[in-house]
Amino acid sequence: MKKLLILGGGTAGTLMSAKMRRALPRDEWAITVVDQDDTHVYQPGLLFVPFGVYRARDIVRSRARYAPRGVELILAGVDRIDPDASKVRLKGGTELSYDFLILATGSRIVPAELEGLTGPGWQESAFDFYTLDGADRLFHALSRFDRGRLVLNVAEMPIKCPVAPLEFLFLADWHLRKRGVRENVELVYATPLDGAFTKPKASEVLGQLLIDKGIRVESLFQASEVNGQDRTLSSWDGRQLPYDLLVSIPTHMGSQSIGDSDMGDELAFVPTDPHSLRSKGWDNVFVLGDATDLPSSKAGSVAHFQGGVVEENLLRSIGERPLGDGFDGHANCFIETGFGKAVLIDFNYDTEPLPGRFPLAGIGPLRLLKESRFNHWGKLAFQWIYWNMLLAGRELPFVETRMSMRGKWT
Amino acid sequence: MSTITLAGQALEVDEGGFLLNPDQWTPEVADDLARQAGIDPLTERHWQVIDFCRRDAAEKGTPPSLRRITKVLGVPTKELYTLFPKGPGILAARIAGLTKPKGCV
Repeated sequence: MKKLLILGGGTAGTLMSAKMRRALPRDEWAITVVDQDDTHVYQPGLLFVPFGVYRARDIVRSRARYAPRGVELILAGVDRIDPDASKVRLKGGTELSYDFLILATGSRIVPAELEGLTGPGWQESAFDFYTLDGADRLFHALSRFDRGRLVLNVAEMPIKCPVAPLEFLFLADWHLRKRGVRENVELVYATPLDGAFTKPKASEVLGQLLIDKGIRVESLFQASEVNGQDRTLSSWDGRQLPYDLLVSIPTHMGSQSIGDSDMGDELAFVPTDPHSLRSKGWDNVFVLGDATDLPSSKAGSVAHFQGGVVEENLLRSIGERPLGDGFDGHANCFIETGFGKAVLIDFNYDTEPLPGRFPLAGIGPLRLLKESRFNHWGKLAFQWIYWNMLLAGRELPFVETRMSMRGKWT
Repeated sequence: MSTITLAGQALEVDEGGFLLNPDQWTPEVADDLARQAGIDPLTERHWQVIDFCRRDAAEKGTPPSLRRITKVLGVPTKELYTLFPKGPGILAARIAGLTKPKGCV
């Protein structure tokens, strides 16, 4: 019996297990998924928890419930991967061997990477919203917050869902207005980027939204230190930003097990071929989702688009055929803008987000790079699609693996 | 896009001042790019960073992040801000004749 081992039972790992179970004969291939816990978080939902739109329990399900029939799920941490010997040792000592390995180990926040962030005031006046616990604590703090300065800081790129900081600020503006306290609060966006977003056309549209909503931008702000006693955030070039409430998007890193196994770069992301999605180091290791070092977005839509490419190339590898270079960096993101509206963007390695209609050219019903109510409904409906279609590794209606120029205005 | 004259050459640069044709880069062009940014002269320590950025970009296809420069080359962040004030990642890449660091989206 041959073995396919998948490390990580999140978005990427779960959808890959479903795809490969359909593609590989059961009497020839065993498929095993390993994850450290049984808590599958619908991560796009974390954004809504601080504003009380979702409760933490609304966005969590059991991983076991989504393990396809014929796939073994092991709940244990990974101690060490030995890719030269094609073996993985789990915490507790169990050793697993594999013929092919899929790394879907994701990324995690490491708040301690920013000096002082986890010191005095952590989770009292300084919060994250990239964990269930952090988002829930921020919900309580935000519901009491009615005056002062709220600073949102991105510590370092790359982060999961690069548009989340903007969405958080748009929703904070909406939340504070709804409560009638917006005029007592200053909203500040401190980002290491030189604008609202890294892609020019989208940066223009989103930058204008920040201006319209009265949100101040501190660009090229590379945070050096948090002083929780004085409630001040400092940057390496000497700027100081006093805050009453700090919302931090801390440094992201790949899984600890990747770092411990010397398989990652300086942030423990795995060097990966940008088109074939095979690891650069080992021919029988494929990588997808947040775990890669690729310049594509760390987002669920990207894991979904990569899934089809990894399936194809894994089957080619098994059949000893040359790999295809199917991945083009395709990402598709809803950007919640508050007041029941959202913007949708669709882009890849080479083409920046453009205006237009999606997914049907000229018809939509979704609008690209423009606010609409329908986009917002699309974003909320997506949770159902996620649990019922995306995790099952199914194609989504009208949405293709490779980005299409149809419906885009150039 | 515009054209500037540096080290006796006419060079095309983008709106951020990054060279459009990397083959036109020479150490003398770097000296002039640095002077424009208020760094005069480039010291040996500057050159360590510039050389690393060029080597790393040639290997990886994209200029290194600030963290990568500090971690792999071993120059502390504070010193990088002294060497290349304001935005060391962007400024070092520009002087090294590379593209603007992507910042990963």
